[in-house]
Amino acid sequence: MKVIVPVESKSLDAPVCPSFGRTPLYASYDTETGNHEFLDNSAAAAQGGAGIKASQMLVDHEAAVVITYRCGENAAQVLDAANIMIYKAEDATVAENIEKLKNGSLEVLLKIHPGLHNHGGNKR
Amino acid sequence: MRIAVLSGKGGTGKTFVSVNLACVADEAVYVDCDVEEPNGHLFLKPEITKKESIGVFVPEVDMSKCTACRKCVDFCQYNALALLKDNLLIFNEVCHSCGGCILFCPEHALTKKEREIGYIEAGKSKKVSTLSGCLHMGEVSGVPIIKKLIDKMPPNDAITVVDCPPGSACVVMESIREADYCVLVAEPTLFGAHNLAMVYELTQLFRKPIGVVLNKCLKGDNPSQAFCKENQIKVLTKIPYDEELAKLNSEGFVAVRASEKYHEIFFELLKQIEQEGLQ
Repeated sequence: MKVIVPVESKSLDAPVCPSFGRTPLYASYDTETGNHEFLDNSAAAAQGGAGIKASQMLVDHEAAVVITYRCGENAAQVLDAANIMIYKAEDATVAENIEKLKNGSLEVLLKIHPGLHNHGGNKR
Repeated sequence: MRIAVLSGKGGTGKTFVSVNLACVADEAVYVDCDVEEPNGHLFLKPEITKKESIGVFVPEVDMSKCTACRKCVDFCQYNALALLKDNLLIFNEVCHSCGGCILFCPEHALTKKEREIGYIEAGKSKKVSTLSGCLHMGEVSGVPIIKKLIDKMPPNDAITVVDCPPGSACVVMESIREADYCVLVAEPTLFGAHNLAMVYELTQLFRKPIGVVLNKCLKGDNPSQAFCKENQIKVLTKIPYDEELAKLNSEGFVAVRASEKYHEIFFELLKQIEQEGLQ
């Protein structure tokens, strides 16, 4: 199964990127083979709907799990509809979070924020 | 003549100036374009004669026709669509109603669906006809409602006063689009002067003739007045920071209908705007 973690640089030792939809990269880790790759996030600079576009990319990539600090409601709706599980990232590196997932010590992300776009966030 | 009343921030007195200008005219149309929080009706208390629903269209999918070609998803610049194995998700609030997805769908699986975002009410308050727009809570943009309001304005031989939304964003641009003259209402504070500068810039961009109403004037420095002087902007009138006026407003009275003093101030103001507008 493929595990996705947003990350700012091409290293599993880098911290998890605080943004899900606008992260520059995703680390994709295959739990069966132990291989990993980095995916460019084409939605990083999208004017709007970044979470939707990023989630679409992960659906197409056949991801099974996403580990992230936070996730907007539109993105969560796409991930949910594709049966992708969302776990809450802990304050640690990408590799450490993947280990925690394997140990079963990560919690499912329950708090989905209503989005920052046009909903009283920092964007007009 | 179409007079738009605007300001860079909320609470400067746009509605106060608009309502009183409309009421001091022999006959006028008051248009409330502040669709996120229309409040002219609190003073005018119009008898509503007509209510009309305003909608935008969004795409609707017939999954039995969809072949998952993704043309719609790839086309959408706002990322309002997501394609899953057996489902096409459509995010109505993200959609800008451009219709591109419907146009590009080779299977005709997408069609237009109307979605209500608010309404317009027409009414009458003595000799003032009112038009007021209201955007439903949670909706992203009031522009479609404002467009409809502006389209409904009478020909410009009648006095029409457009009460604009605060700020200088798209909703304001849409509201002043057909205006013959713009009245900028400003407070006597540094913050007020900054916001005045923003709307001033906007009206210059639109090449509109303008004048400023300095509201809530106190003794001492008035940064907004200083800004007008610096930029050679016509100051139409100065309205004092007045307890009597505050009382009238808080009780929902129209100042020109309740006070001789304010009737005179606004009568002169309207006359001046009409003269300015002719130049």
